[in-house]
Amino acid sequence: MTTSYPATTVWAVVLAIGVLTFAIRFSFIALFGGLERRSGEAEGSASAGTVPPRISAALRYVPPAVLAALVFPAVVTIEPTVVGTLTNERLLAGAVAAVVAWRTESVLATIGVGMGALWALQFLL
Amino acid sequence: MNVPTELRAGVRDALPLFLGIVPFAVVFGVAAVDAGLSALQAVGLSVFVFAGASQLATIELLADDATLAVVVLTAVVINLRMLMYSASIAPYFRSLAGRSKAFLAYFLTDQAYALSVAHYGALDDATGGSGSGESDASAAETDALSTADRRWYYLGVGVSLWVVWQLGTVAGLVLGTGVPESWGLDFTVPLVFLALLVPAMNDVPTITAGVCGGVVAVVAAGLPLNLGLLVGATAGIVAGLLAERGRR
Repeated sequence: MTTSYPATTVWAVVLAIGVLTFAIRFSFIALFGGLERRSGEAEGSASAGTVPPRISAALRYVPPAVLAALVFPAVVTIEPTVVGTLTNERLLAGAVAAVVAWRTESVLATIGVGMGALWALQFLL
Repeated sequence: MNVPTELRAGVRDALPLFLGIVPFAVVFGVAAVDAGLSALQAVGLSVFVFAGASQLATIELLADDATLAVVVLTAVVINLRMLMYSASIAPYFRSLAGRSKAFLAYFLTDQAYALSVAHYGALDDATGGSGSGESDASAAETDALSTADRRWYYLGVGVSLWVVWQLGTVAGLVLGTGVPESWGLDFTVPLVFLALLVPAMNDVPTITAGVCGGVVAVVAAGLPLNLGLLVGATAGIVAGLLAERGRR
Protein backbone atom coordinates (compact mmCIF):
# COMPACT_ATOMS: atom_id res chain seq x y z
CA MET A 1 0.00 0.00 0.00
CA THR A 2 1.18 3.51 -0.71
CA THR A 3 0.35 6.64 1.21
CA SER A 4 -1.99 9.17 -0.35
CA TYR A 5 -0.69 12.03 1.78
CA PRO A 6 1.03 14.81 -0.16
CA ALA A 7 4.80 15.25 0.18
CA THR A 8 4.53 18.35 2.38
CA THR A 9 2.31 16.48 4.87
CA VAL A 10 4.78 13.58 5.02
CA TRP A 11 7.60 16.06 5.68
CA ALA A 12 5.57 17.72 8.45
CA VAL A 13 5.10 14.28 10.09
CA VAL A 14 8.83 13.51 9.72
CA LEU A 15 9.79 16.81 11.36
CA ALA A 16 7.18 16.54 14.14
CA ILE A 17 8.32 13.04 15.11
CA GLY A 18 11.98 14.11 14.84
CA VAL A 19 11.53 17.12 17.13
CA LEU A 20 9.45 15.21 19.70
CA THR A 21 11.87 12.25 19.73
CA PHE A 22 14.80 14.60 20.29
CA ALA A 23 12.88 16.30 23.12
CA ILE A 24 12.44 12.89 24.80
CA ARG A 25 16.14 12.07 24.41
CA PHE A 26 17.30 15.48 25.64
CA SER A 27 14.75 15.82 28.48
CA PHE A 28 16.63 14.57 31.54
CA ILE A 29 20.09 15.21 30.09
CA ALA A 30 19.07 18.88 29.75
CA LEU A 31 17.42 18.93 33.18
CA PHE A 32 20.63 17.94 34.90
CA GLY A 33 22.85 20.97 35.22
CA GLY A 34 20.01 23.35 34.51
CA LEU A 35 18.66 22.75 37.99
CA GLU A 36 22.17 22.39 39.31
CA ARG A 37 23.09 25.87 38.13
CA ARG A 38 20.01 27.33 39.71
CA SER A 39 20.30 25.62 43.09
CA GLY A 40 24.09 25.78 43.15
CA GLU A 41 24.58 22.28 44.48
CA ALA A 42 24.62 18.78 43.06
CA GLU A 43 22.17 17.38 45.59
CA GLY A 44 19.05 18.92 44.07
CA SER A 45 19.75 17.63 40.58
CA ALA A 46 20.04 14.02 41.70
CA SER A 47 16.37 13.83 42.63
CA ALA A 48 15.37 15.90 39.59
CA GLY A 49 17.05 13.43 37.27
CA THR A 50 14.88 10.42 37.97
CA VAL A 51 11.65 9.42 36.28
CA PRO A 52 8.74 9.20 38.76
CA PRO A 53 8.40 5.50 39.79
CA ARG A 54 4.84 5.22 38.55
CA ILE A 55 5.79 6.43 35.07
CA SER A 56 8.90 4.25 34.88
CA ALA A 57 6.77 1.24 35.90
CA ALA A 58 4.40 1.95 32.99
CA LEU A 59 7.31 2.60 30.60
CA ARG A 60 8.51 -0.96 31.22
CA TYR A 61 5.39 -2.28 29.50
CA VAL A 62 5.46 0.08 26.51
CA PRO A 63 7.81 -2.06 24.36
CA PRO A 64 5.95 -5.40 24.71
CA ALA A 65 2.50 -3.76 24.45
CA VAL A 66 3.23 -1.55 21.42
CA LEU A 67 5.31 -4.14 19.56
CA ALA A 68 2.63 -6.81 20.07
CA ALA A 69 -0.06 -4.36 18.91
CA LEU A 70 2.00 -3.86 15.74
CA VAL A 71 2.85 -7.55 15.15
CA PHE A 72 -0.43 -9.36 15.91
CA PRO A 73 -2.72 -7.55 13.40
CA ALA A 74 -0.02 -7.87 10.71
CA VAL A 75 0.18 -11.65 11.22
CA VAL A 76 -3.35 -12.61 12.30
CA THR A 77 -6.16 -12.23 9.77
CA ILE A 78 -9.56 -13.33 11.05
CA GLU A 79 -10.97 -15.72 8.41
CA PRO A 80 -14.57 -17.03 8.28
CA THR A 81 -13.47 -20.37 9.74
CA VAL A 82 -11.20 -21.15 12.69
CA VAL A 83 -9.16 -23.54 10.55
CA GLY A 84 -8.82 -20.86 7.88
CA THR A 85 -7.59 -18.37 10.47
CA LEU A 86 -5.07 -20.80 11.97
CA THR A 87 -3.67 -22.04 8.67
CA ASN A 88 -3.00 -18.59 7.23
CA GLU A 89 0.49 -18.50 5.69
CA ARG A 90 1.52 -15.36 7.54
CA LEU A 91 0.37 -16.70 10.91
CA LEU A 92 2.26 -19.97 10.44
CA ALA A 93 5.38 -18.22 9.15
CA GLY A 94 5.08 -15.75 12.05
CA ALA A 95 4.87 -18.63 14.55
CA VAL A 96 8.04 -20.20 13.12
CA ALA A 97 9.79 -16.81 13.22
CA ALA A 98 8.68 -16.29 16.84
CA VAL A 99 10.40 -19.53 17.86
CA VAL A 100 13.57 -18.41 16.06
CA ALA A 101 13.40 -14.98 17.73
CA TRP A 102 13.01 -16.68 21.10
CA ARG A 103 15.91 -19.11 20.61
CA THR A 104 18.37 -16.77 18.85
CA GLU A 105 17.28 -13.20 19.78
CA SER A 106 18.67 -12.27 16.35
CA VAL A 107 16.89 -9.87 13.99
CA LEU A 108 18.76 -11.28 11.00
CA ALA A 109 17.85 -14.92 11.79
CA THR A 110 14.22 -14.00 12.46
CA ILE A 111 13.87 -12.20 9.12
CA GLY A 112 15.69 -14.98 7.24
CA VAL A 113 13.75 -17.91 8.66
CA GLY A 114 10.43 -16.00 8.68
CA MET A 115 10.69 -15.06 5.00
CA GLY A 116 11.90 -18.56 4.10
CA ALA A 117 8.89 -20.06 5.91
CA LEU A 118 6.49 -17.67 4.15
CA TRP A 119 7.87 -18.52 0.71
CA ALA A 120 7.81 -22.27 1.47
CA LEU A 121 4.20 -22.10 2.69
CA GLN A 122 3.10 -20.06 -0.32
CA PHE A 123 4.66 -22.73 -2.51
CA LEU A 124 3.05 -25.63 -0.62
CA LEU A 125 -0.42 -24.33 0.35
CA MET B 1 42.76 13.64 26.65
CA ASN B 2 42.55 10.00 25.74
CA VAL B 3 40.28 10.43 22.74
CA PRO B 4 41.44 7.70 20.34
CA THR B 5 41.37 4.90 22.92
CA GLU B 6 37.84 5.49 24.19
CA LEU B 7 36.45 6.35 20.74
CA ARG B 8 37.98 3.18 19.31
CA ALA B 9 36.66 1.13 22.23
CA GLY B 10 33.15 2.44 21.53
CA VAL B 11 33.31 1.62 17.82
CA ARG B 12 34.76 -1.82 18.55
CA ASP B 13 32.02 -2.66 21.05
CA ALA B 14 29.36 -1.52 18.55
CA LEU B 15 30.65 -3.76 15.73
CA PRO B 16 28.69 -6.93 16.71
CA LEU B 17 25.50 -4.85 16.86
CA PHE B 18 25.77 -4.03 13.16
CA LEU B 19 24.56 -7.56 12.42
CA GLY B 20 21.19 -6.66 13.92
CA ILE B 21 21.10 -3.03 12.75
CA VAL B 22 21.84 -3.58 9.06
CA PRO B 23 18.88 -5.86 8.21
CA PHE B 24 16.61 -3.62 10.30
CA ALA B 25 17.73 -0.52 8.36
CA VAL B 26 17.44 -2.31 5.00
CA VAL B 27 13.89 -3.44 5.87
CA PHE B 28 13.06 0.17 6.74
CA GLY B 29 14.36 1.37 3.37
CA VAL B 30 12.39 -1.29 1.47
CA ALA B 31 9.22 -0.51 3.47
CA ALA B 32 9.63 3.21 2.76
CA VAL B 33 9.71 2.57 -1.00
CA ASP B 34 6.67 0.28 -0.62
CA ALA B 35 4.79 3.01 1.24
CA GLY B 36 5.40 5.49 -1.57
CA LEU B 37 7.81 7.74 0.28
CA SER B 38 10.51 9.51 -1.69
CA ALA B 39 14.13 8.54 -1.05
CA LEU B 40 14.70 11.94 0.52
CA GLN B 41 11.76 11.50 2.90
CA ALA B 42 12.99 8.06 3.96
CA VAL B 43 16.50 9.36 4.63
CA GLY B 44 14.86 12.35 6.36
CA LEU B 45 13.16 9.98 8.80
CA SER B 46 16.43 8.14 9.45
CA VAL B 47 18.30 11.41 10.05
CA PHE B 48 15.68 13.39 12.01
CA VAL B 49 14.20 10.52 14.03
CA PHE B 50 17.03 7.93 14.12
CA ALA B 51 14.93 5.37 16.03
CA GLY B 52 14.17 2.19 14.08
CA ALA B 53 10.97 0.81 15.57
CA SER B 54 9.22 4.20 15.51
CA GLN B 55 10.38 4.81 11.92
CA LEU B 56 8.96 1.45 10.78
CA ALA B 57 5.67 2.10 12.57
CA THR B 58 5.49 5.55 10.95
CA ILE B 59 5.97 4.01 7.50
CA GLU B 60 3.31 1.35 8.17
CA LEU B 61 0.75 3.89 9.36
CA LEU B 62 1.47 6.37 6.54
CA ALA B 63 0.99 3.53 4.03
CA ASP B 64 -2.42 2.83 5.63
CA ASP B 65 -3.30 6.54 5.44
CA ALA B 66 -3.77 6.61 9.21
CA THR B 67 -4.77 9.88 10.85
CA LEU B 68 -1.71 12.10 11.25
CA ALA B 69 -2.23 12.48 15.01
CA VAL B 70 -2.20 8.68 15.36
CA VAL B 71 1.00 8.46 13.30
CA VAL B 72 2.84 11.02 15.43
CA LEU B 73 1.42 9.76 18.74
CA THR B 74 2.38 6.14 17.97
CA ALA B 75 5.96 7.09 17.12
CA VAL B 76 6.24 9.19 20.29
CA VAL B 77 4.84 6.39 22.49
CA ILE B 78 7.33 3.92 21.00
CA ASN B 79 10.18 6.34 21.77
CA LEU B 80 9.01 7.18 25.31
CA ARG B 81 11.36 4.51 26.69
CA MET B 82 14.22 6.90 25.88
CA LEU B 83 12.98 9.02 28.80
CA MET B 84 14.45 6.34 31.06
CA TYR B 85 17.75 6.29 29.14
CA SER B 86 17.93 10.09 29.31
CA ALA B 87 17.43 10.08 33.08
CA SER B 88 19.82 7.19 33.60
CA ILE B 89 22.71 8.54 31.53
CA ALA B 90 22.25 12.22 32.46
CA PRO B 91 24.58 12.17 35.52
CA TYR B 92 27.48 11.09 33.30
CA PHE B 93 27.07 14.11 31.04
CA ARG B 94 26.42 16.58 33.85
CA SER B 95 29.67 18.52 33.60
CA LEU B 96 29.34 19.17 29.85
CA ALA B 97 28.15 22.40 28.22
CA GLY B 98 24.55 22.63 27.07
CA ARG B 99 25.38 22.40 23.38
CA SER B 100 27.49 19.26 23.89
CA LYS B 101 24.65 17.71 25.87
CA ALA B 102 22.21 18.35 23.02
CA PHE B 103 24.65 16.85 20.53
CA LEU B 104 25.13 13.72 22.65
CA ALA B 105 21.38 13.41 23.31
CA TYR B 106 20.73 13.13 19.56
CA PHE B 107 22.68 9.83 19.46
CA LEU B 108 20.81 8.28 22.41
CA THR B 109 19.58 4.85 21.24
CA ASP B 110 18.90 1.55 23.01
CA GLN B 111 22.33 0.31 21.98
CA ALA B 112 24.35 3.46 22.76
CA TYR B 113 22.67 3.67 26.15
CA ALA B 114 23.10 0.01 27.08
CA LEU B 115 26.75 -0.24 26.00
CA SER B 116 27.81 3.09 27.52
CA VAL B 117 26.20 2.56 30.92
CA ALA B 118 27.72 -0.93 31.13
CA HIS B 119 31.12 0.51 30.13
CA TYR B 120 30.91 3.39 32.65
CA GLY B 121 29.83 0.97 35.37
CA ALA B 122 32.90 -1.19 34.69
CA LEU B 123 35.13 1.93 34.77
CA ASP B 124 33.64 3.04 38.09
CA ASP B 125 34.14 -0.39 39.60
CA ALA B 126 37.75 -0.44 38.45
CA THR B 127 38.50 2.99 39.97
CA GLY B 128 36.38 2.41 43.07
CA GLY B 129 33.88 5.10 42.05
CA SER B 130 30.27 5.37 43.13
CA GLY B 131 28.92 3.63 40.03
CA SER B 132 26.11 6.10 39.54
CA GLY B 133 28.31 8.94 38.34
CA GLU B 134 27.12 11.12 41.22
CA SER B 135 30.51 11.53 42.81
CA ASP B 136 31.14 13.72 45.82
CA ALA B 137 33.30 16.87 45.81
CA SER B 138 36.55 15.01 46.51
CA ALA B 139 36.10 12.94 43.36
CA ALA B 140 34.97 15.91 41.24
CA GLU B 141 38.35 16.31 39.58
CA THR B 142 38.71 12.70 38.43
CA ASP B 143 35.05 12.76 37.41
CA ALA B 144 35.62 15.81 35.17
CA LEU B 145 38.54 14.03 33.52
CA SER B 146 36.65 10.81 32.89
CA THR B 147 33.53 12.67 31.67
CA ALA B 148 35.54 13.85 28.67
CA ASP B 149 36.68 10.30 27.98
CA ARG B 150 33.20 8.93 28.58
CA ARG B 151 31.79 11.23 25.95
CA TRP B 152 34.15 9.71 23.37
CA TYR B 153 33.18 6.13 24.15
CA TYR B 154 29.49 7.04 23.84
CA LEU B 155 30.15 8.87 20.57
CA GLY B 156 32.12 5.89 19.26
CA VAL B 157 29.06 3.69 19.72
CA GLY B 158 26.44 6.29 18.79
CA VAL B 159 28.05 7.76 15.67
CA SER B 160 29.09 4.40 14.20
CA LEU B 161 25.54 3.10 14.65
CA TRP B 162 24.24 6.31 13.05
CA VAL B 163 26.46 5.86 9.98
CA VAL B 164 25.46 2.19 9.61
CA TRP B 165 21.78 3.09 10.05
CA GLN B 166 21.93 5.72 7.27
CA LEU B 167 23.87 3.45 4.88
CA GLY B 168 21.43 0.59 5.58
CA THR B 169 18.48 2.87 4.84
CA VAL B 170 19.96 3.84 1.48
CA ALA B 171 20.72 0.17 0.68
CA GLY B 172 17.08 -0.69 1.42
CA LEU B 173 15.85 2.16 -0.80
CA VAL B 174 17.96 0.89 -3.70
CA LEU B 175 16.92 -2.73 -3.08
CA GLY B 176 13.24 -1.87 -2.55
CA THR B 177 12.78 -0.36 -5.97
CA GLY B 178 13.94 -3.56 -7.67
CA VAL B 179 11.96 -6.22 -5.80
CA PRO B 180 8.62 -7.43 -7.17
CA GLU B 181 5.55 -7.25 -4.92
CA SER B 182 4.95 -11.02 -5.14
CA TRP B 183 8.00 -11.65 -2.94
CA GLY B 184 5.98 -10.35 0.00
CA LEU B 185 8.88 -8.31 1.37
CA ASP B 186 6.36 -6.24 3.36
CA PHE B 187 6.26 -9.23 5.73
CA THR B 188 9.80 -8.36 6.88
CA VAL B 189 8.33 -5.41 8.83
CA PRO B 190 6.29 -7.49 11.33
CA LEU B 191 9.23 -9.92 11.47
CA VAL B 192 11.51 -7.14 12.70
CA PHE B 193 8.94 -6.14 15.31
CA LEU B 194 8.63 -9.80 16.30
CA ALA B 195 12.39 -10.07 16.76
CA LEU B 196 12.20 -7.09 19.14
CA LEU B 197 9.00 -8.26 20.86
CA VAL B 198 10.05 -11.75 21.94
CA PRO B 199 13.06 -10.71 24.09
CA ALA B 200 10.92 -7.89 25.58
CA MET B 201 8.51 -10.52 26.96
CA ASN B 202 10.70 -12.01 29.68
CA ASP B 203 8.52 -12.27 32.79
CA VAL B 204 4.83 -12.67 33.70
CA PRO B 205 3.88 -8.94 33.59
CA THR B 206 5.69 -8.25 30.30
CA ILE B 207 4.21 -11.41 28.72
CA THR B 208 0.76 -10.31 29.92
CA ALA B 209 1.37 -6.85 28.44
CA GLY B 210 2.39 -8.33 25.09
CA VAL B 211 -0.40 -10.90 24.80
CA CYS B 212 -3.12 -8.44 25.89
CA GLY B 213 -1.76 -5.67 23.66
CA GLY B 214 -1.66 -7.99 20.67
CA VAL B 215 -5.05 -9.63 21.15
CA VAL B 216 -6.84 -6.33 21.79
CA ALA B 217 -5.14 -4.82 18.73
CA VAL B 218 -6.44 -7.70 16.55
CA VAL B 219 -9.98 -7.33 17.92
CA ALA B 220 -9.84 -3.53 17.58
CA ALA B 221 -8.24 -3.65 14.11
CA GLY B 222 -11.53 -2.54 12.53
CA LEU B 223 -11.67 0.74 14.46
CA PRO B 224 -11.49 3.90 12.35
CA LEU B 225 -8.42 6.16 12.20
CA ASN B 226 -6.12 3.18 12.99
CA LEU B 227 -7.04 3.63 16.65
CA GLY B 228 -6.82 -0.17 17.10
CA LEU B 229 -3.06 0.14 17.53
CA LEU B 230 -3.29 2.73 20.32
CA VAL B 231 -6.19 0.89 22.00
CA GLY B 232 -4.20 -2.35 21.93
CA ALA B 233 -1.01 -0.71 23.21
CA THR B 234 -2.88 1.02 26.06
CA ALA B 235 -4.65 -2.22 27.03
CA GLY B 236 -1.28 -4.00 27.06
CA ILE B 237 0.37 -1.40 29.30
CA VAL B 238 -2.56 -1.47 31.77
CA ALA B 239 -2.56 -5.30 31.76
CA GLY B 240 1.18 -5.33 32.48
CA LEU B 241 0.77 -2.97 35.45
CA LEU B 242 -2.15 -5.05 36.80
CA ALA B 243 -0.16 -8.28 36.44
CA GLU B 244 2.75 -6.68 38.28
CA ARG B 245 0.47 -5.57 41.11
CA GLY B 246 -1.13 -9.02 41.25
CA ARG B 247 2.25 -10.63 41.84
CA ARG B 248 3.04 -8.55 44.91
